[in-house]
Amino acid sequence: MSTQKQSLSSIGRKVLMALTGFFLMVFLLQHMSINMLSVINADVFNEVSHFMGTNALVQFVLQPVLIFSVFFHFVWGMVLEYQNNQARSIKYAKYSGHANATWMSRNMIISGLAVLAFLVVHFYDFWIPEINTKYIEGDMTGLHPGSNEFRYHEELVDKFANQPIRVILYVIAFFMLSLHLMHGFQSAFQSVGFNHSKYTPIIKKMGNIFAIAVPLGFVFVALYHFIYHPH
Amino acid sequence: MKLNLKVWRQQGPQEKGRMVDYQIDGISEHMSFLEMMDVLNQKLIGSGEEPIAFDHDCREGICGSCSMFINGEAHGPVKGTTTCQLHMRSFKDGDTIYIEPFRANAFPVIKDLVIDRSAFDRIQHSGGYISVNTSGNTQDANATPIAKEHADLAMDAATCIGCGACVATCKNSSAMLFVGAKISQYALLPQGQVEAKDRAQNMVAQMDAEGFGNCTNTGACEVECPKGISLTNIARMNREFLGGSLTK
Repeated sequence: MSTQKQSLSSIGRKVLMALTGFFLMVFLLQHMSINMLSVINADVFNEVSHFMGTNALVQFVLQPVLIFSVFFHFVWGMVLEYQNNQARSIKYAKYSGHANATWMSRNMIISGLAVLAFLVVHFYDFWIPEINTKYIEGDMTGLHPGSNEFRYHEELVDKFANQPIRVILYVIAFFMLSLHLMHGFQSAFQSVGFNHSKYTPIIKKMGNIFAIAVPLGFVFVALYHFIYHPH
Repeated sequence: MKLNLKVWRQQGPQEKGRMVDYQIDGISEHMSFLEMMDVLNQKLIGSGEEPIAFDHDCREGICGSCSMFINGEAHGPVKGTTTCQLHMRSFKDGDTIYIEPFRANAFPVIKDLVIDRSAFDRIQHSGGYISVNTSGNTQDANATPIAKEHADLAMDAATCIGCGACVATCKNSSAMLFVGAKISQYALLPQGQVEAKDRAQNMVAQMDAEGFGNCTNTGACEVECPKGISLTNIARMNREFLGGSLTK
C-alpha cells in the first residue's frame, strides 16, 4: 500500500485527459476543415490561413491552450501508462485482453505515440518554418516576398506534390489517429461523467464517424495535392 | 476429461512464485471448476504433496471469495459467472488451462491462488456507509418514497460482491468499477445524501492510496464482472467526485 500523497486524484487525472482530448478533437476538426478548403478554393484557403496565422485570439489564446493540451495530453498519457503498468508488478502468464476490450482501448499508448512521432515530423515540416517566417524574420504579411500573392496554398501543395514518402507517412499517421479516436472520443464523455442509456450509444456511433471522417479528410487533402498539382 | 493444468504456486507472501504443470484425468464435465480443483488437491495430498491453496466459501456465486484468473480471464471464459459457477463443460478434453491468482499490487498473494483483498475493505471503511440512528427508532421503510428507477439502479450497484474481478481483468489494475458501484448504491438513495459530498472524495483518495491503477475506460471490468455491474457506475462516481470537489 502506497502512502504517497497524490497531487491529483485518479479521477482528476482522467478528467484532465478528457478535457484536453476534447479540445484536441475540436482542433482536429477545424484543422481538417481548413485543409479541405485548399482543395475547394485556393484563395479562400489563403484568406483563412492568414486569418488563423495572424488573429490575436487564435495566436495568443487558442494556440497556447493548444500547446498546453498537446503537451499535457502526451506527457500525462505516458505517465499514466507507466503508473498503470506499475500497478501490476508480476504479469499474468496468460492474459486474454481481446476477450473483453477492443484493441483500440487497450493500446492507446501505441496509437498515441505514433501520433506523437508524426507531430514531431509535422512541426518540423510546417510549424517551425511558419514561426520562423512570422516571428523571427518578422514577416507577418503572409505574402510571397516581393509579390501580392499569399504563400500558404503553394506551400501546402509543395509539401505533397511529388512527395510519396510524406504522403505515405500521412496515411499511416492518420490511420493510427483514427484508432486513437475510436476509443478516445467516447472515452472522454465517460471520463467527465457522461453516461446515459439513450445518448451513450449515439455518442459511440458519432465517435466512430468522427474517428473515420476526420483522419480521412486529412488523408484526402494530402492525396489530392499529391495527384493534382500544377507542376 | 484429461487436462493439462498450469497453476501458480507460491509458498507465502514474500516467496517467489512460479507456474507448475499438473496432469489430471477422470474429470467429469458436470463438475464445477472448484470441484476439479478439489480432485486435484486430493490427488496431491495422496501423493504427499502440498495441496493448492485457493479461496472459496459459498460456492453458489454470491460470496465473491473465489478469485482465479483462468486462461487469461477473471473467473474463466464464461461471462457473468464466478469461478464456483464455472463448469468443466466449458473446457474440452486435452485442454491446457492456466490458473493464476488475481494479480494487482493492491491484491498481494498470500499463498498460491489466495490473495489479500482487504484493500477493498479499507476503501469501504473510508466512505461506504451511512450514519443512522439504529437504537430502536428505526423508521418505516416506506416512509421515504424512492423512485422505482433509482431503487432499481441502487440495487443493481449493490449487487457488487467485491470479488475483485474488475481489478484483476483491468489492464491497469483499476478498482473504479468496485468503487463506482459502492458509491452509486448510496448516491442514488436519499439515505446516502448526508455524507454524499465527502463519500466520493474519501473513497477515491483511499483507492488511490492503495495503489490501484488509473481507469482508461477499456470496459473490460464491465464485461468480466460476475454481477454485471455497469460502467455507468464509474461515470456516476466521476460526477459525484467532481460535484464534491466543486462544492466543497
